[in-house]
Amino acid sequence: MGSAKDGTAHWWAQRVSAVALVPLTLWFLFSLLALPDLGYGTVRMWLSLPISGLLAVLLVAVMTYHSYLGTTVVVEDYVHSVGMRVVTLMLLRFLYVLAGGAGIFAILRVAFGS
Amino acid sequence: MIAPVRPTSPHWQIYRWQVGSSTSIMHRVTGVTLALGLVALSFWLVSLAGGEQSYAAASKVFAGPVGLLLLIGWTFAFLFHLLNGVRHLFYDAGYGFERTPRHASGWIAVLGALGLTVCIWALLWHFARL
Repeated sequence: MGSAKDGTAHWWAQRVSAVALVPLTLWFLFSLLALPDLGYGTVRMWLSLPISGLLAVLLVAVMTYHSYLGTTVVVEDYVHSVGMRVVTLMLLRFLYVLAGGAGIFAILRVAFGS
Repeated sequence: MIAPVRPTSPHWQIYRWQVGSSTSIMHRVTGVTLALGLVALSFWLVSLAGGEQSYAAASKVFAGPVGLLLLIGWTFAFLFHLLNGVRHLFYDAGYGFERTPRHASGWIAVLGALGLTVCIWALLWHFARL
């Protein structure tokens, strides 16, 4: 596969998503800790608020992206066989789209009441 | 085609562990751990969207002994990755590479994450949300 010849965009995207994740993750953490309980009704009510839904979607999206950027580098570092690397990276991308997509879809379902 | 296994020099097996190298690999390990945490987060969200029964089933998993251990582990992983991540952002801006600030910030990341994990879970235990 040879040298990538370009890594600046990846490097910068990793930093921008990291900076975005600082407030997003802290918002999520503090919001959950501030809830009186983590029962179905309470969590659902909180997540169905417009601001909660928006920030939660952004959190899952940016976290998925940042995590994908990071783990692909790990695969590139440790998987030495070219064939395995291509397959693993492809699989990783699909899994991330699935995980992130499922999370976002679930949030939207709660937000729009189904 | 199977790549021939070539001999390489030992590195982590022989070189002395230091704050810089330890926090670096910890950042990667916590990152991968958090990737699994993302799957758990999505699982939790899907269970919530699925209704009362699916959410109750998922809650039971998370509240069990294995589930709690995972959540505590993810708490530490997140907090360390966050603190060390900020440390890396300062590096990117050009600050903190010298030995003293590098070691100090490294210890802050580890001990800070440990301390905050204990604090958060002590609070959760105290308010009996487990």
